[in-house]
Amino acid sequence: MFKQIKDTLGSLMLVELLKGLAVTGRYFFAPKMTIRYPEERTPQSNRFRGLHALRRYPNGEERCIACKLCEAVCPAMAITIESEQREDNTRRTTRYDIDLTKCIFCGLCEESCPVDSIVETRVFDYHGEQRGDLLYTKDMLLAVGDKHEKQIAADRAQDKKYR
Amino acid sequence: MEYLATLFGSYWPNIELTAWTLMKIVAIVAPLMIGVAYLTYAERKIIGYMQVRMGPNRVGYFGLLQPMADGIKLLMKEIVLPTASNKGLFLLGPVLAIAPAFAAWAVIPFDATLVLADIDAGLLYVLAMTSIAVYGVIIAGWASNSKYAFLGSLRSAAQIVSYEIAMGFCLVGVLMCANSLNLGKIVLGQEGGLLHWYFLPLFPLFIVYFISAVAETNRAPFDVAEGESEIVAGFHVEYSGMAFAIFFLAEYANIWLVCTLGALMFLGGWLSPVSFLPDGIWWLLIKMAFLVFFFLWFRATFPRYRYDQIMRLGWKVFIPITIVWIVVVGGMMQTDYAHWFH
Repeated sequence: MFKQIKDTLGSLMLVELLKGLAVTGRYFFAPKMTIRYPEERTPQSNRFRGLHALRRYPNGEERCIACKLCEAVCPAMAITIESEQREDNTRRTTRYDIDLTKCIFCGLCEESCPVDSIVETRVFDYHGEQRGDLLYTKDMLLAVGDKHEKQIAADRAQDKKYR
Repeated sequence: MEYLATLFGSYWPNIELTAWTLMKIVAIVAPLMIGVAYLTYAERKIIGYMQVRMGPNRVGYFGLLQPMADGIKLLMKEIVLPTASNKGLFLLGPVLAIAPAFAAWAVIPFDATLVLADIDAGLLYVLAMTSIAVYGVIIAGWASNSKYAFLGSLRSAAQIVSYEIAMGFCLVGVLMCANSLNLGKIVLGQEGGLLHWYFLPLFPLFIVYFISAVAETNRAPFDVAEGESEIVAGFHVEYSGMAFAIFFLAEYANIWLVCTLGALMFLGGWLSPVSFLPDGIWWLLIKMAFLVFFFLWFRATFPRYRYDQIMRLGWKVFIPITIVWIVVVGGMMQTDYAHWFH
């Protein structure tokens, strides 16, 4: 009985509604969380899994030895590798394609790689304008690696003791 | 003016009056359109801020040109006429929605002298105009020949009709205090500073009026007529481009209108709250903006009412409260405390 009267009076005085308004009123003055993207960027982990790259050794030789572990481990079957024996009797890829429309960016290829050749960089804002643009070939992947080698090496060095 | 008279005088004796009135109409409607456009901007910005976002900030400084960009976009879009719709009524709907929303401004006194039509039944005229607005909604929902639009318009019509009763009773309280239907005289009845404004003796009516106003304009938390989670967008699902924009403008023009009425009838219109500051139109604008801010604040805060809760609130809470308070006011006016209410 007493509770019922109290509840009725409370709803007549709009108590709970005013409490709700107070909450939004407080947040009105709170600092805003928005990141204005092209000018500002969120902080990234050194383990960020973005666009793929193929790395080279400092002498310019490509690292990949065509062991095809990445191709085998890839859950989305996005990687296609063909290999040959070069004149100097080393195994190298003739074809290394990653279909980025299939890729789920799980990072298993990077983990499986014995020579740290295939890696995922911090690049996430790339795009394709027509069909096939996101089908990255060996040359494109090597180019990405050459472009970001400094950042890639720094990220691996930072993560070294956990690997 | 005189040039016009000499040119057309013999064919159209009242041309001076007509031209002068037309200019006044433009002087009211043009700022109103700008106010409506920037209300959409203020809404997005304020709700954004309350959700710890920034809201539009790309088009122009602080996103100030966003309403222009939206307007241009809507103007360039195609107006789709559904094959199953009744074309004439389909296009009549938006017109009927916006015309009363603008027409009601004719009797709004912005200042002691700044009023287009100073008629004695001003309040009655405003009530009539806001009631006509519901026809635009009904016709739009019916002519679309879509079940979502139809359901939306039914909900909206029932809601507007229900809350109009409570709103009307609130205004009866104001009439009893002011002894006039003329909006200018109602404001003048509140002369003498903050403590003489009608929102103090009529406080419950002021609250009921304001909540009914939110319901009348189909705004959150009473926006079941739109109910995007159930019936897509309610009565204007089938509208696109400028036809949709007209409904949008009508909704926001109505928000300005009910806030202006609230400011005139309960918050002393253009009168200054303290005696040492001069009266003027700016006070009215400040009070309007203050009330409009609450509309946006409500939208950022409250979840949507269920349909039966809306009906319960309108019929079983607001109407009894208003009637009781009118009786209280009427009774008090017979006592020695009558001066509190005039």
